[in-house]
Amino acid sequence: MHAPLVTLRSLGKAYGSGARRFTAVSGVNLEIAEGEFVALLGPSGCGKSTLLRMITGLIAPTEGEVLYRGGRLEGVNPHATIVFQTFALFPWLTVQENVEVVLKARGVPPRVRARRALDLLDRVGLAGFDNAYPRELSGGMRQKVGFARAMAVEPELLCLDEPFSALDVLSAETLRGELLELWTSGKIPTRAILMVSHNIDEAVFMADRIVIMDKDPGHIVRVMPVDLPHPRQRKSPEYLAFVDRVYALLAGQTLTEDEELGTAPGQPGHTRRLPDLTINEITGLLERMADQPAHGADIYRLTEELHVSSDYLLKVIEAAELLGFVTIRAGDIQLTPLGETFAEASILARKEIFGSRLRRLPLVVWLLDLLRASGNRQIKFEVAETALSLEFPRAEAARQVETMINWGRYAEILSYDDNSEVILLEPEGGVHLE
Amino acid sequence: MAQQRIFVSATRQEEPTRWLDVFGLLFVAGVLGLGIWFALAHRHAAAGPDISLAPGMLPRYAAYSVGRMFMAYLLSMLFSLGYGTLAARSRRAGPVLLAVLDILQSVPILSFLPVVLLSLSAVLPQAVAVEAASVVLIFTSQAWNITFAWYQAQTTLPGDLREAVAGYRMGAWQRFRTLDLPFAGVSLLWNSIMSWAGGWFFLMAAEMFTVGSRDFRLPGLGSYLQEAAAREDTIAILMGLGTMMVVIVTLDQLVWRPLLAWGERFKLTMVAEDEQPESWFLDLLQATRRMAPVRAVLERALAPAAEAVDAWLIRRFPPSGESMDVARHDPWAGRLLGVLLFGCVAFGLWKGSGLLLKVAPESWSDIVIGIAATFLRVMAAMTVALAWTLPVGVLIGTNARLARVLQPVVQIAASIPATALFPVFLMVLVDVTHGLNAAAVLLMLLGTQWYLLFNIIAGASSIPRDLKDTAALIGLSRAQQWRTLILPALFPYIVTGAITASGGAWNASIVSEYVSFGGRTLSATGIGAIIARATAEGDFPLLFAGTLSMIVTVVGFNRLVWRRLYRLAEERFRME
Repeated sequence: MHAPLVTLRSLGKAYGSGARRFTAVSGVNLEIAEGEFVALLGPSGCGKSTLLRMITGLIAPTEGEVLYRGGRLEGVNPHATIVFQTFALFPWLTVQENVEVVLKARGVPPRVRARRALDLLDRVGLAGFDNAYPRELSGGMRQKVGFARAMAVEPELLCLDEPFSALDVLSAETLRGELLELWTSGKIPTRAILMVSHNIDEAVFMADRIVIMDKDPGHIVRVMPVDLPHPRQRKSPEYLAFVDRVYALLAGQTLTEDEELGTAPGQPGHTRRLPDLTINEITGLLERMADQPAHGADIYRLTEELHVSSDYLLKVIEAAELLGFVTIRAGDIQLTPLGETFAEASILARKEIFGSRLRRLPLVVWLLDLLRASGNRQIKFEVAETALSLEFPRAEAARQVETMINWGRYAEILSYDDNSEVILLEPEGGVHLE
Repeated sequence: MAQQRIFVSATRQEEPTRWLDVFGLLFVAGVLGLGIWFALAHRHAAAGPDISLAPGMLPRYAAYSVGRMFMAYLLSMLFSLGYGTLAARSRRAGPVLLAVLDILQSVPILSFLPVVLLSLSAVLPQAVAVEAASVVLIFTSQAWNITFAWYQAQTTLPGDLREAVAGYRMGAWQRFRTLDLPFAGVSLLWNSIMSWAGGWFFLMAAEMFTVGSRDFRLPGLGSYLQEAAAREDTIAILMGLGTMMVVIVTLDQLVWRPLLAWGERFKLTMVAEDEQPESWFLDLLQATRRMAPVRAVLERALAPAAEAVDAWLIRRFPPSGESMDVARHDPWAGRLLGVLLFGCVAFGLWKGSGLLLKVAPESWSDIVIGIAATFLRVMAAMTVALAWTLPVGVLIGTNARLARVLQPVVQIAASIPATALFPVFLMVLVDVTHGLNAAAVLLMLLGTQWYLLFNIIAGASSIPRDLKDTAALIGLSRAQQWRTLILPALFPYIVTGAITASGGAWNASIVSEYVSFGGRTLSATGIGAIIARATAEGDFPLLFAGTLSMIVTVVGFNRLVWRRLYRLAEERFRME
């Protein structure tokens, strides 16, 4: 029995120091064997990309260790390569030069270099584009250059960081098929593939194993082997059932209200972050739900219907769930009576309902208390941000305050003066219905 | 309009903490103090050759001047790469280096003169020292903005490209030529052009100067023009000016334009833009049929050599293989150097404060009056500049046809160094205005109005079509349109232009408030005149005091006024 290609031992990463130390990833144990295609799935901010970068050695872990072929990894892994979401091509180099430059780094002589590059470009279907600049190519073609470049160094471990998410739907589908063909036919010397994805369908379609992560801090929730033969049939009942299970896991289960809402900053327990969404996005989901038969739907179907990515829809659903407008159970979403009322209410009544829900969120309650405690019922944005940055990383703290202002303004609980950067408390009572 | 980038990239956006400002100030003061103390300890007499006004000498003088500028430019680039990289990458030294650079920007170049000249002549043979001093003086008018451009590029490298470089294990050399240099390319080019303009502006001051009883002159275009002005030889002034224009236009057409057109590929944008710099010269070089054999021969001869050097350098600088977030400690040699440098600076501060004690109380009051006078002059120049560039800039910026006609004219006009034009104006003005007090405003104006004009044109041409249509549709009057649309939209551009213009005007005060002309020396009341006179008379304590006062004023004004306006402009009025 060989050692696995990659072994992660209670791996973790934290940033900052002292009271402002935040854990991005913690206690991750995982093995990737030769011949495996593993997908990492999870909500945004769960540390998927951080994990990928620790595995390639681009960033160093702060706890635990990465073993590669049984040996402890120090620094950048010479046998691994990343394909980036943003392609990371050098805009000033031609397609061929972009591939050649990585061979040059390994000291490959010019003639061999050129031949290898042209051969690889030929294999990904870019023959004839060798002297084009990346800006002349479509997104799909740019990513093909990205793949050709990655394969030029013949990596044992190919890491893909959401490689298809910046592409249009059809190009992404083509590229997925082509990558799978290269992989399953054994035409490339790659021993294992690790792909970060935000698209549940993509992960189920391609991977042998799906690792599901959750946030605060990033950790592994479940590892699911995908026992469906390639090529996978998207319409087959087995496939659909599997996708449903993944959705159910990622969407979670609506818990009791206390558990859902979490605790206020500074209190023991978990402070729930607000998803940074606008009111329109949440309202749009609720109106859509009101049109569904029996006001319920399968989340997977809903993503198909709305043509949105699964992680985006899950985020909107999380917000609606937090506000008590929907409940989730086993991958299905159901509008609550409150949600029904909201979807049918007038503009002013919606504000009233939204406001009453907002006042139950511990984070908002905390902000309102802060405002009331200050003499003139107003505080600087910066003060709120600083106070929150004990709870969240700085950028996240600012985003949380912005979301609260955005939501609070809609409900007419708060107002905000952009010139003086001051948050003000609106008089109690909020909106008055005539 | 592409011109605007020059002025934008030279502006600093992040804020160092106050103590760093103070520290930077002390640092620069220490260096100057050290230099002046050194200079005082090594007095030598020197005189340069006489400058001939024969037209036949002009080609040779022009070649000397261009050579000097080129050496200074080379020095600026090397300095910028080293200093900027250190400032961007060293966690401890970075903020300090940045603050020092910020202060250095506001040191008037003449204040460097005695320091540079006398310390160089202490260690080099006389002739070489004067030549080297001239190069270093031109360097001080070219280097800082290039350094800022390089620093800014280094700190804004795209994360995915940096990860690609680390992930594919490229070494320091390969990273430099594949990522760092191309990424900074366009910004470096625009700033180089701006630096050359700055070099031309101060060329006259850098080729002929008097320090104490000694008169230094180097054969060159700048000294030719000064000599011509001193002898009030109108023909020679015009000939010199003409030669300078020919040189500037030739360099622009044969060097800068082709480089800019070629540099387009280094832009990070993944979309093609419609308005790209073009160059007939580059087109000629690249014209496929005629030049193909030449290119093929060159390629066959040079490519293997270039490849060999490249491969050697790649091997010579292997990748560190470290993770990107591993904190690297400064090498002990660096720390030692830092400590040594601090020692020197402290010594300089001690010597410098000794110099300051020698300055008479009357001189201090002169300095205060001088600063007030120069301040008023700078403000007057800015007001006049704004008064004409605002309407003209908006007119050009909103009218594409007019822009096509006027753009080249404006660019040529802007490329004439104002210092070279000044003697021509003086011939007329001195008798009209009786003295230099008002005429000095004109020179500041000549040098700095273009920054405002170019920025206003850029601003006006970027006002969105839909807003202009809306303004017309809802029937706003002309005055209302200016108040609600044009002025707010232009505000960030005006502020950006004004910051550069006011910095330039302060620096120009030393050449505009104290002028030798037709055998007479004209002087205005102002800090520039005090510094220039102190230099000429070799009054080092006064020079030191005047320079420090000017730096404090300029930096203080930047912090208290310009930076706030800039932030306001960025946050409230930027259309994006």
